[in-house]
Amino acid sequence: MIRNYDKLIFELSKEGRTGYSLPKNELKEQHCICRLPANLKRESAPGLPEVTEFDVVRHYTNLSNKNFGVDTGFYPLGSCTMKYNPRINEEISALPSFARLHPAIPVEAAQGALEVYYNLAESLSEISGLGAFTLNPYAGAHGELTGLMIMRSYHMQRGDLKRTKVIVPDSAHGTNPASAAVCGLQIVEVKSTANGTVDVEDLKPLLDDTVAGIMMTNPNTLGIFETEIPEIARLVHECGGLLYYDGANLNAVLGKCRPGDMGFDIMHINLHKTFSTPHGGGGPGDGPVGVRAGLEALLPNPQVKKDADGKYYIDTDDKSAGYVSNFLGNFAVLLRAYTYILTLGRENVKMVGPLAVLNANYVKESLKNEYYLPIEGVCKHEFVFDGLADKSTGVTTLDIAKRLLDYGYHAPTIYFPLLFHQSIMIEPTETESKETLDEFIAVMKKVAAEAIENPDIVKSAPHSTPVRRLDETTAARFPKTTYKQLLG
Amino acid sequence: MKYFPHTQQDIQQMLEVAGLKSMDELFGEIPQQLLFNREFNLPEAMSEVEIRNYFEALGKRNSDLVCFAGAGVEDHYSPSVIAPIISRGEFLTAYTPYQPEISQGTLQYIFEYQSMICELTGMDVTNASMYDGTTATAEAMMMCVAIAKKRNKVLVSATVDPKVRRVVETYAKYQGVVIETIAEKDGVTDLADLEAKLAADDVAGVILAQPNFYGIVEDYTGVADMCHAKKAQLVMNAKLSALAVLKTPAEWGADIACGDAQSLGIPMTYGGPYVGYLACTNAHVRKLPGRIVGATTDVDGKRAFVLTLQAREQHIRREKANSNICSNQSLMALWVTIYMSVMGNKGLNDACSLSYSGAHYLAQQLVATGKCAMAYDKPFFNEFAVKTTVPAQQVLEALLANGILGGVRIADDTLLVCVTEQRTKAQMDKFVEIVNNI
Repeated sequence: MIRNYDKLIFELSKEGRTGYSLPKNELKEQHCICRLPANLKRESAPGLPEVTEFDVVRHYTNLSNKNFGVDTGFYPLGSCTMKYNPRINEEISALPSFARLHPAIPVEAAQGALEVYYNLAESLSEISGLGAFTLNPYAGAHGELTGLMIMRSYHMQRGDLKRTKVIVPDSAHGTNPASAAVCGLQIVEVKSTANGTVDVEDLKPLLDDTVAGIMMTNPNTLGIFETEIPEIARLVHECGGLLYYDGANLNAVLGKCRPGDMGFDIMHINLHKTFSTPHGGGGPGDGPVGVRAGLEALLPNPQVKKDADGKYYIDTDDKSAGYVSNFLGNFAVLLRAYTYILTLGRENVKMVGPLAVLNANYVKESLKNEYYLPIEGVCKHEFVFDGLADKSTGVTTLDIAKRLLDYGYHAPTIYFPLLFHQSIMIEPTETESKETLDEFIAVMKKVAAEAIENPDIVKSAPHSTPVRRLDETTAARFPKTTYKQLLG
Repeated sequence: MKYFPHTQQDIQQMLEVAGLKSMDELFGEIPQQLLFNREFNLPEAMSEVEIRNYFEALGKRNSDLVCFAGAGVEDHYSPSVIAPIISRGEFLTAYTPYQPEISQGTLQYIFEYQSMICELTGMDVTNASMYDGTTATAEAMMMCVAIAKKRNKVLVSATVDPKVRRVVETYAKYQGVVIETIAEKDGVTDLADLEAKLAADDVAGVILAQPNFYGIVEDYTGVADMCHAKKAQLVMNAKLSALAVLKTPAEWGADIACGDAQSLGIPMTYGGPYVGYLACTNAHVRKLPGRIVGATTDVDGKRAFVLTLQAREQHIRREKANSNICSNQSLMALWVTIYMSVMGNKGLNDACSLSYSGAHYLAQQLVATGKCAMAYDKPFFNEFAVKTTVPAQQVLEALLANGILGGVRIADDTLLVCVTEQRTKAQMDKFVEIVNNI
């Protein structure tokens, strides 16, 4: 019954129904909105649904039943760090003493909130080995853009205007080149070696006085640690460039090594990956940006600081790369991340990376007979298969992903990284138990067996989901993106 | 640790399968000098009891004030049904809906969100949401430049919220886009200045606000024609809640509408999370950044929803992308979708009516004290600027001492005061009484 629910909220609408209650307008006689000049008013009413409060509750509850979250089951989506999202984080983030704060409130009346911001920034500095953090950027991509703005400002303020190139490995997330382009930088790609790491010999000739810096993920998108990072850092610094660390994969090394110690100058962190804040179906997250000592002034405005008496205040700096947000970032997300760090404490933060890496290696070693592992060796928090080991079945990575849905799993990341044709990128995080992983391994083996014995059932999967494979071509060719367009 | 399920036995067995002898071997390839070998300088782990106590104590160091501040963030009513629904784990803990077969919940509410945003703004198409209103406006600026191809100048009215303008200016700076400010005259955009700045035929877009930063509802009659005659796109940053009543960006002839949806019942939470919106006419859909959800059918012919027009997006276009946006503010889009569903057109109108009446009552009463005068003689909605005879800071301090956040100081002698449907007549009368006693 539940999964057959297929109404849009508009289709529940009936003229005259309401779902709200507001106080009576005692001032209407004297100050009626009807006095607003007619030429400033809209001509026809917006077509919003007319439904009761209960309609709304039941409708969205039914929609939620057609969704799969970390709470529902195992979510081995590579590069996304789908770890458990603790409920205490949610409770703290909704406390009225924070939720009711207007951003323009005087700092004396917001000392508690500013302390959260300040302490979280300090904690991230300690964890990542960089000097100072802004928490203002709203997401990972937004953090990247902010970090690149800082990189450009650094060069511009030194009067070095010719540095407009940024080097990006060919294994990078698509966001890296896109962020660089939006920041007005040209992208130069550096190749990977056969074992998936940056080819230092290919890098060397690229380094000249037009290079603003390099963007790297470490471990990279293949889950492999870039062991040559000290040498890469030396080379890039020698040519006058800066190193940017894409924190998408920070979970792998959390507690084990720090981007600052690797030689990175600027980085972003995805609080919604590493620090357990929920992904919310695509956001909100938060993308704090850290810089090494000496670059603090370039962090975006406004900046939160503490004076000699321990009082927090909001400052702006003329050297700042600029303003990237409305105020101090997604504050409720900051509350969640800080709660998580305090819950883990110093003794458990250092276990996150090791346990995540243990889980990844366990799954990788358990499945490498059935799936093709292009790069052998110890991986970090994630790893990539290049499709099935048996290449004769005609079953693709997409088919495998869809078949996993039938068995109650979210699919891994597929067709990324672009280095392989049939990439299946698996990231089991540290919050998954051996039993969960064992069940997943068994299902992955079963799907591999099905691909040989009964390939059609895999190719036509999924079979048991609320809807089955979708016609994406028609959706793009004749876009219907609103209810009005759907009605035609 | 309650978030780690590994027993010692599990760890041993798993290491064995992985062909390793110790946990350290998992990081064996990392150069020794990079390994972090000391204790973190962080507090010790806290229990849930201690966490609650800690944040309760911190919360007490924030003041709970009666809010008359606006300037882009307003203290609106939030229906009780929203928080419990968006807290459902199926919504809260899902990732981007990349597997549509098990993400129809997210995809459908985004489709509903898109439908409602288009109803309020009158625009043809919107994306699945942006981070906030400031970045949505910066993306609108980038769209204008992408649409114009060979122009890189965008005009922004001085009556647009300075917080929006400075983010637009930051994004523009790194892209070599020139931002010029259109002067203001008597609290509204100086249309003569706009016309003069359009004359050189080099403007890609014009960004205006409705209501503007001072709460004034501007009369943009003829402005779209003026822009289009010079092949410039008209961008309108409009407050969504007010669009239940006000002429829509589409009716004014805008090509792009953008802004923040915080006014649709999202808690203020010291600046976020909110949700930005970005909508446009059909002509520009291929230049619209971010996710878009479309309707389609599955192999059995069942109606379903899916991320569509992805050829526009950064993960496909990489360095050729017009925007690096690769997420949306999905959960907050759900927040405002539920808000619009519960309120409906009638509820939105009632909220506007209460806010409007309250603001006009308070403005009238403040002027009657003789200590305030309206800064501008223009039609306003639920926010207004008043000149104060004593320094505005002094007025704010007197109100603060009485538990009232009296507004936002925008000049030494000018306050921006905002009234929402949550403010009572008693609260406003107290506000007036305090000002009267200064």
